[in-house]
Amino acid sequence: MTQEKPTEQHLNQDVQLDLYRRQAEVRVFEKRAYDLFLQNLVKGTSHLSLGQEAIAAGFGTAMRGDDYTFATYRGHAHTLVRGVPMAAVMGELLGRESGLMAGKGGSMHLTSVEHGVMGSYAIVGAHLPIAVGAAWSAQYRESGQAAVCFFGDGATNIGAFHEALNLAAVWRLPVVFVCENNLYMEYTPIAAVTAVPRPAADRAAAYGLEPLVVDGNDVEAVYGVARTALERARAGAGPSLVEALTYRHGGHSRADPGKYRPAAEVEEWLARDPVTGYRERLLGRGIPAKILDDIDTEVRAAVDAATEAAKSASAPAPERLLSQVWTDGGSSWRN
Amino acid sequence: MAQLTYRDAVRRGIAQEMRRDERVVLIGEDVAAAGGVFKTTPGLLEEFGPRRVLDAPISEQAILGAAMGAAMTGLRPIAEIMFSDFLAVCWDMVANEIAKTRYMTDGQVSLPLVIRTANGGGLRFGGQHSQSVENWAMAVPGLKVLVPATPADLIGLLAAAVRDPDPVLIFEPKALYPVRGEVPDGDLLDTLGTARVLRAGGDATLVAVGAMVPRAVVAAERLAVEGIECTVVDLRSLVPLDVRTLLDAVAVTGRLFTVEENPRLCGWGAEIASIVAEEAFGALTGPIVRITTPHIPLPAADTLEDLARPSVDRIADTVRKALG
Ligand SMILES: Cc1ncc(C[n+]2csc(CCOP(=O)(O)OP(=O)(O)O)c2C)c(N)n1
Repeated sequence: MTQEKPTEQHLNQDVQLDLYRRQAEVRVFEKRAYDLFLQNLVKGTSHLSLGQEAIAAGFGTAMRGDDYTFATYRGHAHTLVRGVPMAAVMGELLGRESGLMAGKGGSMHLTSVEHGVMGSYAIVGAHLPIAVGAAWSAQYRESGQAAVCFFGDGATNIGAFHEALNLAAVWRLPVVFVCENNLYMEYTPIAAVTAVPRPAADRAAAYGLEPLVVDGNDVEAVYGVARTALERARAGAGPSLVEALTYRHGGHSRADPGKYRPAAEVEEWLARDPVTGYRERLLGRGIPAKILDDIDTEVRAAVDAATEAAKSASAPAPERLLSQVWTDGGSSWRN
Repeated sequence: MAQLTYRDAVRRGIAQEMRRDERVVLIGEDVAAAGGVFKTTPGLLEEFGPRRVLDAPISEQAILGAAMGAAMTGLRPIAEIMFSDFLAVCWDMVANEIAKTRYMTDGQVSLPLVIRTANGGGLRFGGQHSQSVENWAMAVPGLKVLVPATPADLIGLLAAAVRDPDPVLIFEPKALYPVRGEVPDGDLLDTLGTARVLRAGGDATLVAVGAMVPRAVVAAERLAVEGIECTVVDLRSLVPLDVRTLLDAVAVTGRLFTVEENPRLCGWGAEIASIVAEEAFGALTGPIVRITTPHIPLPAADTLEDLARPSVDRIADTVRKALG
């Protein structure tokens, strides 16, 4: 199994700071989303990526501006790292007119076509074949774009995962499948319901792919594997399947405390926090604390501003209810 | 003007659109080299090449997922699901992904894609290859649903579907594939949401789609011999629905009969009946009558299948008794 090595000696400081900033943005944003959920300002449900920031940040930094992202209901991070305005994402979480989809999608369906974020899908595994289609169209149009599709370990047991991988491999499509293996599907350990130890990587060979396993808590390792996979895609070498090992700090969704997880396991992974860990690594390389502190300050200010903007935005206009079922803007089904 | 079978009309309609627009691609099981299990797509691979006419694995979720992803990023795919019963295998793609995405993204994502599928009974295939399922699709907001009954309608409506910016499902009545019809020369382009009045009469309105259309027409001709004059409306498009033509017909005749292959419970005839009851109650001179398949999966034996699907005799008898 290919274990990707960190590529730190090759990264220039701008890239390192990009990786740092993207992780910080996701971390602070997600903590704020949790607070707002407890205040009943974020309704319904929300699935946070606390602890998994390195994967979105590593890929987001490696992707080209016009590449496609396909995310799951746990998609705040994947959306933010593409440069989607925080205020619009926060507005969507709060169900406001200012939201990315004016409150019609919610936390689980974040989409910003303008930024290449082609949707967040709440049916487990459904978006893998859709990402294949975007890659098919990129190949057809010879656009050089790639599609990156994020999903959980649980998604590897649904049929769509296998259908998508097979078709992508047969047609050698420019798509990168990224399994974020956080060891749990919802409340059940993935090992209890999966016949192989590595739910994604152990199946790669079945589709003629090389298994790629990466430390999903090491943002530079993720960035490295992302670059390799995206290059392969653009070179016409076909799809890649990456399994990134990680852990969610909290529960599956909402206020789930994640009590089903052994304390020692939680402790072990908290000690491998991708965000604080990377900060220490950068300090160790001699990057001045002031630079990182300034980034932290800017990120906090941005999240504060996005929060305030969302709180003061109005509820969606009632006309929105019946708009955009069809491309004519409306919902009429009769002539 | 040429005589074409419905089967050949499918090929002509797809070719017409593929010649017109480079973005149109065809994907499905056995559609390329084999020319389709119903031989609706032969020659397309030869004319348009393997880049645009693609044989897919038996992966219905991937076929529709790929069509959706391609549609949202610049192509105009036509996807074939071999038998409409198999839509159940990829119903998530149809009902949750393709149908809902435009609304959930507040209009950011357009999905100009067409799903074609062979629908309904008549070929003695039994329960899992014979069901009429256009009512499944009709119940999902965000999908347009067509059931063309003639070769010319198939071509014109297919062209309209390919050019439509929203997802359209075309249910091709498999019993009609060998049936011939007049097709005008040149490119055809029809309009979604337009019903057609095939015959005018003052005593009753028969409303049908697909394979039930020719049966309703023959039943009406028989009844005419007996002095009962029927208007026959081919809805052609269930979503969008041409309510005006429907209400106009009922206003003249006062009686409504729906003729459908759907199993009785929640077939599309129920919706038609409800619209007429709500909006044209005053025009009705007697109860609305639905002529349907019983609430059963379709049986395989020819005698049983024939009993299940509305026949010309059953249609004529039902109208005769109701008016008598
Ligand atoms: C088809 C389907 N089945 C079940 C669910 C309910 N569900 C939502 S998230 C989830 C667990 C998914 O786990 P995983 O794929 O590992 O992703 P993670 O949440 O860890 O990111 C389940 C079962 C669903 N949304 N869709």
